Amino acid sequence: MGYFLFFLLAALCVGSVLGMIISKNQAYNALFLIVAFASMGGLFGLLEAPFIAVVQIIIYAGAIMVLFIFVIMMINVRKGFPPERKKWTLYLSLGLAVVLVIELAVALKGAFTLPISTEKLEAGPVSLGRLLFTKYLYPFEITSILIIAALVGAIVLVKRKERE
Amino acid sequence: MIPASYFLILSIVLFVMGAIAFFVKRDLITMFMAVEVMLNAANLAFIALARSAGSIDGQVIVFFIITVAAAEAAVGLAIILLIFRQKKTIKTEDINLMKG
Repeated sequence: MGYFLFFLLAALCVGSVLGMIISKNQAYNALFLIVAFASMGGLFGLLEAPFIAVVQIIIYAGAIMVLFIFVIMMINVRKGFPPERKKWTLYLSLGLAVVLVIELAVALKGAFTLPISTEKLEAGPVSLGRLLFTKYLYPFEITSILIIAALVGAIVLVKRKERE
Repeated sequence: MIPASYFLILSIVLFVMGAIAFFVKRDLITMFMAVEVMLNAANLAFIALARSAGSIDGQVIVFFIITVAAAEAAVGLAIILLIFRQKKTIKTEDINLMKG
């Protein structure tokens, strides 16, 4: 059952990212990406991270992609982009991708054979929150400063001048 | 129990596909989406390794990654909107202000 779910979700995830690469319509790209992120949430659930799975679906598939779709609606590019004229960038990117696969596989080679810990993970909101407010308190506070800065920055960037 | 290596291989595949999409695509918004795919692949690797190590510290790190991704999306989309207002396009080829 676990394997079936894993392969189903993995195929869904990879397939929708592939669809994003192939499709030329930005709105379809955003919808493909929502499917990819939702199935990624399912994979997190398989890895005994239920809270992260819910956060993934609410924040990524919900909030961030809605932001993307808003911007796509504002920009409203009617016709899609024709395929890449310069073929060499495609070949170059494929070559770079092969190099990247090899590099990542070498980097993670030691991790492939890691033993699985058999103990049950306590990954509910209670234990996560306790860790967040004790061991990771300073990163948490710094993150809040980052969010304020991003919010103010985004508003200042997009706001039109009043005299215009 | 599914071994962690399955998830790590999936994470590698997703990361590389995100990188390819970033290079192949020509509009700024889709390139930005490709960056999000790469961030998600990193998240998957973090959670898989947290599971195999039997600790939830990795899941807390993923929290921070998701938060930073949200902040990055807000600022990045604001910049894309500004570029569109000035240039009336989001094709990367037409944005060559710094080209000599």
